[in-house]
Amino acid sequence: MEQKKQFVIAVYVDNQAGVLTRVTGMFTRRGFNIDALTVGETESPAYSRITITLSGDRYAREQLINQLRKLYSVKKVEVLDDDCIKRGLMLIKVKNTAQTRSDVLAAVDVYRAKVIDYTTDAMSIEITGDPSKIDAFIKLMMPFGIIEMCRTGIVALERGNNTLFN
Amino acid sequence: MKLTGAEIVIKTLIEQGTTDVFGYPGGQVLNLYDALYKESENINHILTAHEQGASHAADGYSRATGKVGVVIATSGPGATNLVTGIATAMLDSIPMVAITGNVPNSLIGKDSFQEIDITGVTLPITKHNFFVSRVEDLADTVREAFRIAKSGRPGPVLIDIPKDVQIATYEYEPQPVVEKIPLDLARQEEIDEAIRLLNEAERPYIYIGGGAAGLGLGKEIEALAERLDGYIGCTFMGLSAVNNDCDRFLGMQGMHGHYASSMAQKEADLIFAIGVRFSDRATGNVKKFATGTKIVQLDPDFAEINKNVQVDVGIVGDVADSFARIAKGVAQKSHPEWKKTVEQLRVDENRYIAEAEQEANAPLTPKQIFDIINARKPAGTVIATDVGQHQMWTAQYVSFDRPRRFVSSGGLGTRGFGLGAAIGAQVATGDCTVLITGDGSFGMNLNELATAVSYNIPVIIVLMNNGVLGMVRQWQTLFFGKRYSNTVLGRQTDFVKLAEAFGARGYRAATPEEFEEAFVKAIADRCPVVIDTLIDSDAFVLPMLPPGGSIDDIIVRK
Repeated sequence: MEQKKQFVIAVYVDNQAGVLTRVTGMFTRRGFNIDALTVGETESPAYSRITITLSGDRYAREQLINQLRKLYSVKKVEVLDDDCIKRGLMLIKVKNTAQTRSDVLAAVDVYRAKVIDYTTDAMSIEITGDPSKIDAFIKLMMPFGIIEMCRTGIVALERGNNTLFN
Repeated sequence: MKLTGAEIVIKTLIEQGTTDVFGYPGGQVLNLYDALYKESENINHILTAHEQGASHAADGYSRATGKVGVVIATSGPGATNLVTGIATAMLDSIPMVAITGNVPNSLIGKDSFQEIDITGVTLPITKHNFFVSRVEDLADTVREAFRIAKSGRPGPVLIDIPKDVQIATYEYEPQPVVEKIPLDLARQEEIDEAIRLLNEAERPYIYIGGGAAGLGLGKEIEALAERLDGYIGCTFMGLSAVNNDCDRFLGMQGMHGHYASSMAQKEADLIFAIGVRFSDRATGNVKKFATGTKIVQLDPDFAEINKNVQVDVGIVGDVADSFARIAKGVAQKSHPEWKKTVEQLRVDENRYIAEAEQEANAPLTPKQIFDIINARKPAGTVIATDVGQHQMWTAQYVSFDRPRRFVSSGGLGTRGFGLGAAIGAQVATGDCTVLITGDGSFGMNLNELATAVSYNIPVIIVLMNNGVLGMVRQWQTLFFGKRYSNTVLGRQTDFVKLAEAFGARGYRAATPEEFEEAFVKAIADRCPVVIDTLIDSDAFVLPMLPPGGSIDDIIVRK
């Protein structure tokens, strides 16, 4: 049995109402389980880019790509290389107490995160980076008391001059 | 010229070669129907009894001709009544364009009267769908819908048009019929690899499906089987792809397939699969299917390669082109051992059938009915079916003499499909059209008898009446301890009188002689006819692979 592996798929779709539903509806219908999904604008106003993170074996990956390519609104599908540039964003709110303040700020400094809101009882921190970096930061914040957090899926590009279209 | 949106839709349909549409008027398609009225010289509209019947008619029209079937319905319930018909077309890859009206843009999203989000509803059962919010986009959207419906692996496309878009005006310029998007041609290495496997095979089995049925490759497939010294089997959807009288043809394989065809597929060392999708009904337990057998697969849809079954060579692209290139590379072969094996399977199969007939002990058996139909049906007869035992008997016993003469819901298995589809197929071909149905299926949409009578569409309905839901009952007999939960119909319907009440003719047959007499009369009548044919409620469809089982579990006797 082949091992499950996480991979990142970039999808160019028509920038039109309902396209995201077509893509996610297909996932539900075909029983694909997605780890994360982001969608947003691209260099062209005609297209949106969906970045999907999925864990699965080779069969699951091929099926997902084939079924995506069959959708009329999907213009291009590519599995990105393992070494592609991946970034996620997280906003995290932690408790602000006299005992923990300096430790939290030290972590923010080391992780090159940013405090974007500060009150006497809470700090809101913004952090971007590779998903593993964000995971590590969450772990670090746990003992200080996480009040609320909100995390995006990842966006990813290939390295160098490579694009989805060359 | 400046036209209303509704006129643009109808003009574009005509421009794209549509001569017949099926449908049912309603509040949000009044403008479309007004445009149809004005164009009635150029486009024929068939008013059905129910939108579902119209959707099946458009489907049957397409199956019998390969043309894009077109259906029109109003918003809300009109649109949702198309759902089963669209899903049926989707599962069998039938090109269809469904046009629905919707409430005006200003009322969209407000739960207005007869408003439904039909593009949302049909998302998973269409190849694609469109909501057209601007009259400027209307003509090109209709053209694009035709292109999508017929390109690659065909399928249904729905266009939802708000009423204000039908009323608004815009310039219309006629354009040529849209071409299919050409399929890629296979790479030569793949073709060479396929040729190598075919040439090396000792026990070749050509396996044809719905993807080959409409390509007109029948003669070429027969010639390849001769050259390979191999045999031809097919899926349910591939039944009329080759002339069934060809002596290389073993018939349908799978759950209710011919014994010889299923067994030959199991014994083969190479399966050359053309336009099949290895459905669960065809393969049985996929883990035990064709183990150790090489598989070469041709399909227009890349997503069908390695989806259900892992193949050795999967060739995506233009199936006719790939087939021709492969066939050219195959040398004349001789496999006397394989021939001996398969001919023995045929002997066994005939023995099983003969034994079952002897044991039947009924005044009229399904096989007798089909023997008479085969002997008496005019050349080129279209055979439509509903779903159930009668459908499987049709698949097993009817001999098809040309492509596109078998009109039946394979993938979705839609009971109630048959009468609408038969009407569509008859309108499309003008040929003798016979609907084989059961009393269960027929009961679902028999209201379309009214349509057949209104337009005098001469569909011959052979109603295999056993008073039960036969296929479900067969499973209850075999797997549920004969607990016949809700499958004994207990209806008191007199189908002869019912036919007459609709204005059709009705005959009853309880013996082979009566059936033959009625069938011959029905062909001569040239009007809608129901033949109420009384059969035993305990007749079985055999052979049968039990659900989840493999060919090793095949049941050949009751």
